This record gives sequence, structure tokens and C-alpha cells, in this order.
Amino acid sequence: MSSDDIAIIGIGLHPFGRHEATTIEMGVMAANMALKDAGINWKDVDLACAGSLEVIQPDTMIKYMGLTGIPFTTLFNGCATGGNLMRTTANGILAGDGDIGIAVGMDKHPRGAFSVGSTMAGLGLPEWYGNTGLAVNPQFFSMKTMRYMHDFGITDECLSLCAQKAFENGSRNEQAWRRKALSFDEIANSQMVTNPLRKRHFCSPSEGAAAVVICRADVAKKYTTKPIYVKANVFKTRLHGSFEVLAPATPTARLPAPSVQASQAAFEKAGVGPEDIGVAQLQDTEVGHEIMHMAENGFCRDGEQEKLIREGQTKIEGKIPVNTDGGLLANGEPVGASGLRQIYEVALQLRGDATGRQVPNHPKAGYTHVYGFPGVSCVTVLSR
Amino acid sequence: MAGKQIPVHPGLFTEGKSPQLVGSKCADCSEVTFPKQSSCPKCTSEKAEEILLSRKGTLWTWTIQHFAPPSPPYDGPQGDDFVPYGVGYIELEEGVRVESRLTINDEKLFKIGMTMELGIEKYRTDADGNDVMTFVFQPAS
Ligand SMILES: [Zn+2]
Repeated sequence: MSSDDIAIIGIGLHPFGRHEATTIEMGVMAANMALKDAGINWKDVDLACAGSLEVIQPDTMIKYMGLTGIPFTTLFNGCATGGNLMRTTANGILAGDGDIGIAVGMDKHPRGAFSVGSTMAGLGLPEWYGNTGLAVNPQFFSMKTMRYMHDFGITDECLSLCAQKAFENGSRNEQAWRRKALSFDEIANSQMVTNPLRKRHFCSPSEGAAAVVICRADVAKKYTTKPIYVKANVFKTRLHGSFEVLAPATPTARLPAPSVQASQAAFEKAGVGPEDIGVAQLQDTEVGHEIMHMAENGFCRDGEQEKLIREGQTKIEGKIPVNTDGGLLANGEPVGASGLRQIYEVALQLRGDATGRQVPNHPKAGYTHVYGFPGVSCVTVLSR
Repeated sequence: MAGKQIPVHPGLFTEGKSPQLVGSKCADCSEVTFPKQSSCPKCTSEKAEEILLSRKGTLWTWTIQHFAPPSPPYDGPQGDDFVPYGVGYIELEEGVRVESRLTINDEKLFKIGMTMELGIEKYRTDADGNDVMTFVFQPAS
């Protein structure tokens, strides 16, 4: 079976930020935008899949869309939810549930730092781990970054340059939450949160929704002149030996991270390599992970990021533009929606419609990557 | 009846002058895990036995927690009583790196690779006035 079997024909985004609307209302808005973009009606949709951290049953949105009796799956895979929503919808189409599916991600998080929840029970962790102050995501992000900087010579300056690029891209994106470019000094002198990472190196929780309409590739041209083909959409969980968020211990013998596994499998399935990708969205919970994810996803060797970022190669006009919409830093992270925001952005870029931030020379292929607790990653390779 | 010392979780570490963390070792593949669990995450065996882990190891990575974590689940000091604490992974000779609070919180004192030693320390006082104890690693003397 060819991996070209699935095409994206509609995309919708309820911009991320802080809003009056409820989570479900934002999901409905994003879904309707994606349907309109595809030129279809909810009645044409054969199956749906939705995900959210804060809403236990995002499928309840169906009463606002229309009770058509379709199979409507819900799932949650931490920060990797969005990528897996499209994959699960595509699998439904390939399994014969229908020709047209929609994936919808939505969330609305309280202000302030992300909490892992009031109890450890839902995370498979002992209560003492949370009680004593070890169940704090930024600690992991910082400690993995700290060791990576030690091993591969990434500097503090590189961290802040990476954040500066994110806010610059946000300033070029009318739909971004944070649209103010920040100076290097504003970033490098912001408050230390968990060494080596500072306040402006991190994303914040936010609100929003995103949706994509996909269909069997052989009928895509009926709906759009610019279908985006899903060349690969791979989901992987951790091996015993990768260093993961919220881990009371980790084996000394290292094995590749789930992002590495997902990336390698996706490139193999798509029949292209990192050098063929013209625009990439990489999970940037904070700058340390954008930097490490560049290497984990095959876009450079470990340590090479220092030079690439100093040269501006990850900027919109660079050799490998990363997080062209400002990424998580400029958009915040509504966990359930974030992966679909990445797909929305890459689809826009491949269509040539990313006003104000369009990657030059009309890239042929793009890439999205999400990573989350408890060590899960989802990668897509998209092409026009 | 105030002032008793109680562990944050029974069976997490041994008490006394030379405390040790309680882990588990797989009877089939010898993989060591912490905290102890009855199965092996490496080879899927269901034969894991309790072992005591080394008291000394090396600092593999570290950070400093500069703000009080969201509470709950964190139940240590808040607000003005909060004191930033170090966190790190300590590499033990059993082939496992254990995450722990550290006794140091000044960035100038951390060096990846430095030798660290296990201790048991109070991290909060409970409603009955008891000292709630947890494990920490400190620079080895
Ligand atoms: Zn085993």
C-alpha cells in the first residue's frame, strides 16, 4: 500500500492564546474552518478523531456539528496527541471506515506553569515523587539540555538565539499569540527558571484548537487544487534506555529517543531524507529541546546546531527553517491542539499561503514532530 | 508527640547512619530499576528482587528548581518559606541513574561528574509536627 494514500484537503486553526470561548467551542470553530477550507459540509465527513488534556470527552463537540452517527474516536498521548490524531484518523480511512475524516485537537489550560496534576495516580508514578518536588517537567527539559550542552558544546548564547528566532517568527505571524520580537538581551537576562533555561526560553500553557480534514488521496483533487500528501505519519513510544520526562530513574545504557525512532521510520517510509525537507516544525517546549530535536530528527549532527543557529540557518530564510509560525514559544501550548497546529503551518507553507512568513522558493516537502510524556513521539512527512 | 522523623514513603530507603535506596534487580537479565517494581521494564520478566543501591555515584546532570512547584502534588514549603533546591541524576555503578533532590543550590557548586553521596533529609513538617524525610544526594566529603 502506498503511503500516498492519504491527503490533507482542509485545515483550520482557532489561533492560540487566551480566549473567552470554551474548549469545545474552539474545537468546533477550528473544525468548521477546516471543513470550509476543504469545501465540504459536516455531512460529508465519514469519521472523526479528537483529543484534549482538559476536556475528557472532546467528541461531545459533535452535537454542535451534527449528529450523523459517524465513528468519533477520542485519544490522548500527552504533547504528542496532535500528531497521533491525524494518524488515527488516517488509519480509520485505510481500515475502511470511510473516505473523509477530520482530526480535531483542542485545549484550554490554566495560567501559570504547567501542573502535572494533583496526584501521581494517573501518571503511573509514586506519590512521593510529586510530593517531594521532582514531578516538574521543566526540571527534565533543563537536565536533558544541561547534559547535551556539556556533551556537545552548545552555549547559553545559542539557547537565547534560538528563542530570539521564535519570537521574530511570531512577530511575522498574524495568528501567533506572542507577536512581539524580543531582543537577545531581553531573553538572555530573563529570570532563571531551572538552569540552564530561563523564562523566555520556555513556552507557556495557552488555549486554542486546530483541525485537519483528510481523505483518500485518489479523491483529493475533487476538493482542492492544492492537496498536501501524507507521505508518512509514525508514532513511537520509548524504549528502555531513553532519557524521558518524569522518570525517577533511567538506565545508564542509552537507547535512541522515541523521536529518533519515529523520525527514522518516517523518512524510510516516505522515501525521502532530511535534506529533502524545506520546512520543519519541531517540538519546542523550550529552546533546549528545539536544539536537541534538530539532531534527533536527522536535520543535523549533535553539536552542529551551535553553528547553524549562529548562521541563522533555522530562520525562515535559512537552509532549514524551523518553527516558522513561532512554534510553541510564540503560540503557547494547548496540549491537545499543538501537533495539529504544526501540520496546519506546514500545509500552509507547502501551499505557498503562509502570508508574512512564507519560506522562499516554494518548498516541496515539510516535516512535523511532537514529543511528550511519558516518552512518546509522532512525526509526519508531508509533500505537495 | 511532635518531632518524630517519618519517611515520605515506607520502603523507599533504609534508615540509620548509612542509608541506602531500595531498588529492584531482574532475576533474568540483571537490570536494576528504581524505585523497586515487581517486573522488569527491560526484558518483561516478572522475576525482580529487591536490592539496596550504592550510596555513592557521580552527577550525570543537574538543575536548580528556582520556584515552588505546583501544589498539589508538591507538599513542601511554599511562598516565602520556599528555598530553591538542586535536582540531578546520579549515576550508580548498578547501571542506573537515579533522580534526586540535591543538598546544593548554588550553581557555582555543581560540576558534572562530581562524586555524590546519599543522605536522608527533612523536606517538610507535617500537620502533627513530624519531620517528613526524603532522600538527597550531597557532594561526597
Ligand atoms: Zn529483565
